[in-house]
Amino acid sequence: MRRAINIVPGSGTRILLAFLPFLLIACLYVVASAERQAANPGDKLLPPIAQMATSVSRLASEPDRRSGNLTLWSDTAASLRRLAMGLGAAASIGLVLGLALGLLPMASAGLSPLVAVVSMIPPMAILPVLFIVFGLGELSKVVLIVIGITPFLVRDLAMTVAAIPREQMVKAQTLGASTWQIMLRVALPQTMPRLIEALRLSLGPAFLFLISAEAIAAESGLGYRIFLVRRYLAMDVILPYVAWITLLAYLFDWLLARIARRGFPWAYGQEAR
Amino acid sequence: MRFGNGKFGIRALSAAALGLLCSLSILADRAQAEPKKEFNIAWTIYVGWMPWPYAADAGIVKKWADKYGITINVKQINDYVESINQYTAGSFDGVTATNMDGLTIPAAGGVDTTILIVGDFSNGNDGIVSKTAKTAAELKGQTINLVELSVSHYLLARALDSVGLAEKDVTIVNTSDADIVAAFKSPETSTVVTWNPLLAEVNAEPGSVPLFDSTKIPGEIIDTLMVNTEVLSDNPDFGKAIAGIWYETMSVLMDPGEKGKTARAAMGSMSGTDLAGFDAQLAATKLFSTPQEAVAFTESEDLVKTMDLVRTFSFDHGLLGDGAADKDVVGIAFPGERVLGSADNVKLRFDARYMRLAAEGSL
Repeated sequence: MRRAINIVPGSGTRILLAFLPFLLIACLYVVASAERQAANPGDKLLPPIAQMATSVSRLASEPDRRSGNLTLWSDTAASLRRLAMGLGAAASIGLVLGLALGLLPMASAGLSPLVAVVSMIPPMAILPVLFIVFGLGELSKVVLIVIGITPFLVRDLAMTVAAIPREQMVKAQTLGASTWQIMLRVALPQTMPRLIEALRLSLGPAFLFLISAEAIAAESGLGYRIFLVRRYLAMDVILPYVAWITLLAYLFDWLLARIARRGFPWAYGQEAR
Repeated sequence: MRFGNGKFGIRALSAAALGLLCSLSILADRAQAEPKKEFNIAWTIYVGWMPWPYAADAGIVKKWADKYGITINVKQINDYVESINQYTAGSFDGVTATNMDGLTIPAAGGVDTTILIVGDFSNGNDGIVSKTAKTAAELKGQTINLVELSVSHYLLARALDSVGLAEKDVTIVNTSDADIVAAFKSPETSTVVTWNPLLAEVNAEPGSVPLFDSTKIPGEIIDTLMVNTEVLSDNPDFGKAIAGIWYETMSVLMDPGEKGKTARAAMGSMSGTDLAGFDAQLAATKLFSTPQEAVAFTESEDLVKTMDLVRTFSFDHGLLGDGAADKDVVGIAFPGERVLGSADNVKLRFDARYMRLAAEGSL
């Protein structure tokens, strides 16, 4: 008896199956777009693929009439700079606090409740306060990303450190290690792969906070462009930008996964087949 | 069992995909236009548009709709741009919007739109406020927060123009209208451009100086009710009912006695302020209280000049679409067969016929 749970796709079928949903969505889009174009040749809601391609090549290769920049690249550079600063700051704070909270009972007693409470504050709700405190410049956008994802990183890393078997700590102490040495030589290496995994999981929220901050006040950036052209429903710009953001996020995720496996192969021993 | 060649799977999947595609494309095929009985109008909070929700609450909408045997739903949308986008996408038959947004969003998007009611123009409701500059000329080199590509942006362009500056002389930071007041409180923000009731909030900040406002460009920022031209030509009764509702509401609003006060207080509370606050906003608005005034304004030569300024600004900022070779690409029609731009692609129409019917009392 052939059961559905036992039908395993071959490698060719697997690739085909992977492409099929994408193909289906693309077909659906083309059909729906063609229909709207037939009803109204000026329709902006579902622009034809060719029109999006024209817009993208214009944004990527023609200098902007007002600023003289190549829009797509200057937007991407501005957003990536903010994202890198936000993720970098969040990762550093997360690592330091995570190690301290996970390893030092005194630090944990003093800070864990605060981190737990702060992590529950929706960052978007305190945005007006952030603006007044940090201004409307680059700082507030980076701070929004940091506030958005640091509490998650801290809690996740603290838990990772706390879950390190007690025996390792005892052994290190009997060998004469100080707290500082235990932190650097026992806890830190075991936390690093988890930090990268946590960063991967934070990419989505980080992009969300980036786009939100840029939507509110900015002069360049991927989110800025989307919210600017939204004013006149230029979906021929918005849809390619969304695809571009998705691609960037996917690439970062892939890159982080590679770094983790290259840098800490021991942590992925079970994956090897 | 391993399923190696995958032929069976591919065939079944292709069939399923095709079926799904067909059923979805049928769904996408919208019902074509036919004589309608029910119409939807979207409005957003702004002093010049508050008569719409008031008219709905007070039963004026129902009274006129019943007279023509139709139903008119007046719905609030929280976000102004979203309301125009929804209208452009076809979810509404009419929307409250300014002349510039009507040109750049629905008309530039190929949705033939008729400006049925010219309600008022901003006469101080839009303004530039600064903490550092004392005159418009001092804006040179400043960073200015505003909702980019909106009437605020247009107002700034006109202000800079009036003192011989250009947009490249300032840095513009796109700032959401929801955050403009908080932005102005930030020490590093020096200048904002916004509209009421936000303008009043910003002006109330200590040390703020009003530099320029819409009284300097009277008649250029026009608040209207615009409707889908196709829907209107298929259903002239819809236009008549709208004109009837508007001018009956205007007569209540302008009533000098208790009746007018109650109505204005109601409109004030619906927009988050009170009678005094609403009256203050009204004072910065040139409301066309009678259809005669609105018709005269719509038929005047000045409106053509205004729309030429607006379309020039819109084209310069890429708001008429990427395919736009020049500012003539979208035609704008005025009463008396006058057309600005392409006569073959008229997508925005100022139509005084229904306001005229109201003026003649023949609704």
